[in-house]
Amino acid sequence: MPGLTQGFALSEQNENVLSPRQMALRRFVSHKAAVVSCIIIGVLTLFVILAPFTARYGVNQSVQAPPNSFLSPRSNAWLGTDDIGRDLYSRLIYGVRVSLLIGLASAIISVTLGALVGAVAGFRGGKFDDILMRVTDLFLAFPFLVTLLVVRNVLGGLPWLKPITGEMNSVRFIIVLFSIFGWMGVARIVRGQVLSLKEREFVEAARAVGASRRYIIVRHLLPNSIGPIMVALTFSVVGAIISESTLAFFGYGPQAGDGATSLGILVGAAKGAVQTGFWWLAVFPCFVLIIIALSINFIGDALRDATDPRLDRGA
Amino acid sequence: MLRYILRRLAWSVPTLLLVTFLVYIALRVGTDPVESYKRVNPRASRAKIQQYIDINGLDPNFVQGYFKWLKNFITGEWAPSIKGRREVWPALKDAMANTLRLGTAATVVGIFFGLIAGVLAALRPGGRRDVFINTSAFVGISIPPFISAILLQLLFAVYWQKWFGASLFPTSGVYPAGHTGFDLFLMLKFMALPTIIVAIQIIATYSRYMRSSLLDVLNSDYMRTARSKGISERRILIKHGMRNALIPVVTIAALDVGSIVGGLIITENIFAYPGMGLYFLKSFGEGDFPLLMPWMVVIVASILLFNLIADISYAWLDPRIRLE
Amino acid sequence: MTEKVLEIRDLRVTFDTPSGPLEAVRGIDLDVEAGELLGVVGESGSGKSVTFLATMGLLPVRARVTGSVLLAGEQLIGASNKYMRSVRGRLLSMIFQDPLSALNPVHRIGDQISEMLQSHQNLSSRDAAKRAIELLDIVGIPQPSDRAGQYPHEFSGGMRQRVIIAIAIANNPKVLIADEPTTALDVTVQAQILEVIERVQERFGTAVVLITHDLGVIARVADRVNVMYAGRNVEQGTIDSLFDHPSHPYTRGLLASLPRPGKQRLKPITGFPPNMLNPPSGCAFHTRCEFAADICKGELPNLVSFGDLQTACVRARELPKSENFA
Repeated sequence: MPGLTQGFALSEQNENVLSPRQMALRRFVSHKAAVVSCIIIGVLTLFVILAPFTARYGVNQSVQAPPNSFLSPRSNAWLGTDDIGRDLYSRLIYGVRVSLLIGLASAIISVTLGALVGAVAGFRGGKFDDILMRVTDLFLAFPFLVTLLVVRNVLGGLPWLKPITGEMNSVRFIIVLFSIFGWMGVARIVRGQVLSLKEREFVEAARAVGASRRYIIVRHLLPNSIGPIMVALTFSVVGAIISESTLAFFGYGPQAGDGATSLGILVGAAKGAVQTGFWWLAVFPCFVLIIIALSINFIGDALRDATDPRLDRGA
Repeated sequence: MLRYILRRLAWSVPTLLLVTFLVYIALRVGTDPVESYKRVNPRASRAKIQQYIDINGLDPNFVQGYFKWLKNFITGEWAPSIKGRREVWPALKDAMANTLRLGTAATVVGIFFGLIAGVLAALRPGGRRDVFINTSAFVGISIPPFISAILLQLLFAVYWQKWFGASLFPTSGVYPAGHTGFDLFLMLKFMALPTIIVAIQIIATYSRYMRSSLLDVLNSDYMRTARSKGISERRILIKHGMRNALIPVVTIAALDVGSIVGGLIITENIFAYPGMGLYFLKSFGEGDFPLLMPWMVVIVASILLFNLIADISYAWLDPRIRLE
Repeated sequence: MTEKVLEIRDLRVTFDTPSGPLEAVRGIDLDVEAGELLGVVGESGSGKSVTFLATMGLLPVRARVTGSVLLAGEQLIGASNKYMRSVRGRLLSMIFQDPLSALNPVHRIGDQISEMLQSHQNLSSRDAAKRAIELLDIVGIPQPSDRAGQYPHEFSGGMRQRVIIAIAIANNPKVLIADEPTTALDVTVQAQILEVIERVQERFGTAVVLITHDLGVIARVADRVNVMYAGRNVEQGTIDSLFDHPSHPYTRGLLASLPRPGKQRLKPITGFPPNMLNPPSGCAFHTRCEFAADICKGELPNLVSFGDLQTACVRARELPKSENFA
């Protein structure tokens, strides 16, 4: 019975009052897994930014003269080597670098796009809103991988898009592809938020004094949706990283030149290693992907709890 | 109710047409069927190519082409696959049957255990059991299915064999190579790993849905009314809690068919399980238009069907909803 | 002397909150006599609902309850769950504030009443359904046999509250606890619901505890009143003597803040209800009391007979005579 102690809580108003932001921060910090996750992601980010120093070999460099393929973990290759003798540890660092880049870039683009479209749709309603919801319904109802593959090919098949998308196996193409996908989920979330916000008193008040639509959206609706937007951003990063891995796993991922790699490519290579029993090629990339996915999800989960004032964590 | 269902079914026809038209365009642009045909059959005569274009409705004009395709599709004049000129229907039928089997097994197992886990978690929120279930579910949804597939394969197929002599679960197909006839036990053994992998996702998702839905219900006023009646906790939970908690869960479940199929595609590919997923990936990789279009129709139709089922079950569970 | 059906002695309820233990009820003594209508008044947070949820055994497990509650001579505090289940709905019933959410939306009205009947009486489904229709008739629902087959969403708020009353009185309980039964309703509907409650009280001889923050409601229907503040009783007595010459400053403040014909201006009680995590020492009302003296901060006052009232105020005898609110 959550309402039971409400009457008592009300009378605490003269005690030390925290701003919503402070309260959110406090709630976030109390989520231990999220704090640990932040540290893990922080260290990982540092590691991959400093790749030239943290990696022991070049991305395409073999650890020793042949025979060097499929070496199990040892002192000159901590996590073993792949089929052509390259150091898995160094390749993981370079791979995570590319994957994080894809994740962040496409998350930022799709969240920006989705927040704007969602805010406008929620605020204006009408035809625009109807069509938007129908289109996103359609896309989200389909099996994700199918839509992803089909849209990927459509994007690649339209020659006039080439200046934006670049080659089909480039990292840029993947980022554009994921941005086109990612905005829909965000738009739905922001739209829902805006729909409930626009009936609230402060928006009515702004409208009553004659504020323009754009002003209301930019000054009132979006800032008040910042919690859900941040949460969506976090989950978009994971979504993109996993999608990239999935695409690469099925052979549709980025194939950047000169043996450059991504987490997806490394995980994809694990498929072959399963049958042959070179366990390190499967275990380490999978492990890294799991750690990244878990950590970012924990952060997103804690952000959601922290920014959602309706949640009564005491109950 | 019957009138509602009939009307919804009638409405789904134009929806199906519209969506398949969009799919038709997407496949025309994305896979360039004519080019794919020429690539697979480099020595095809001009007449053969023209015949291929005609039967598949691959006219330069998309609208005209679509209706041509539609007419042939409805009248049963399906083009054979571009590679090996296989009949499409038998292949599609087999794939559907296999996926239905795997999907049903995984969904039943997944929803059953997912709901139980969700209820157990919600009964003592914040308790040790809740934290354990909730964290496991969180880990479960964070790990993409192909990762768990690789790791489980490595463990049960490769290393089990190394350590204990025989592999516990086979990693590919429905039956061992060369097997004919029906063998339930063998089939279950082959289906075990893929079922587990798809089911893990479903368990993780549904335990979370069920937990939060039941928590809402448990905190509601009518549960307090039920308690004030002096009836047993078990009866309160089953009669007053479960039905209310299941309303949102059932609705989501029926709408979730897309993501379950998504999980199946990935899993089927890894286990070389000859279902809809493998069918799709193979034909998509080859740009095999005659195989792809019927597949899309089946998928769109089943999404529409499950949408309808979601609405009906919603109305059936919740008397506040009137279907008109 | 009438028979006491419910005797509450030194009842205390403590919740563990993230900010420390919160004692919501701090030693309540209260009697309910057979067939009477007792009003319990207090602000939100005064512990009035918690007192009776504790009596019903409906508090969450994390609440610690001590003291004594005797229902027809049987101890309820510390009683087994099984015994409490047999008490709830049979000897002791409760109706709640919000009729819109108190009924299960997916079950028919008739079934929700039958469930109450069948859980305490050995009735066939058919007899229970018949009795349910009679009960709907008793609480004043027109066409009860049709309405029994309907769902809660087909009823208005007032009608739903009648249904809830029908459920509560189904087994003819000794005590009916009504927790703010009219607060969520329109004024005209409020009067109707109070009428139904009075009718039930008279017809079945049920003792009714009417919990409310609205003294106007109490004035209309109650025989006796118990005023609560910060988890303590501050005053109790018959409705007439309380309105005639309230002696506790809090009661006076409550009465003075009540709108009455001919009165120009309402006089609110100043200040805020105390923070129950850290209640004021001594009489909790001293922070807002116009008559407060040093002595009030010292000791926790108990109910003492003062004329025909019982008042928990150490200065009760010294205070100027109150205005008459009758």
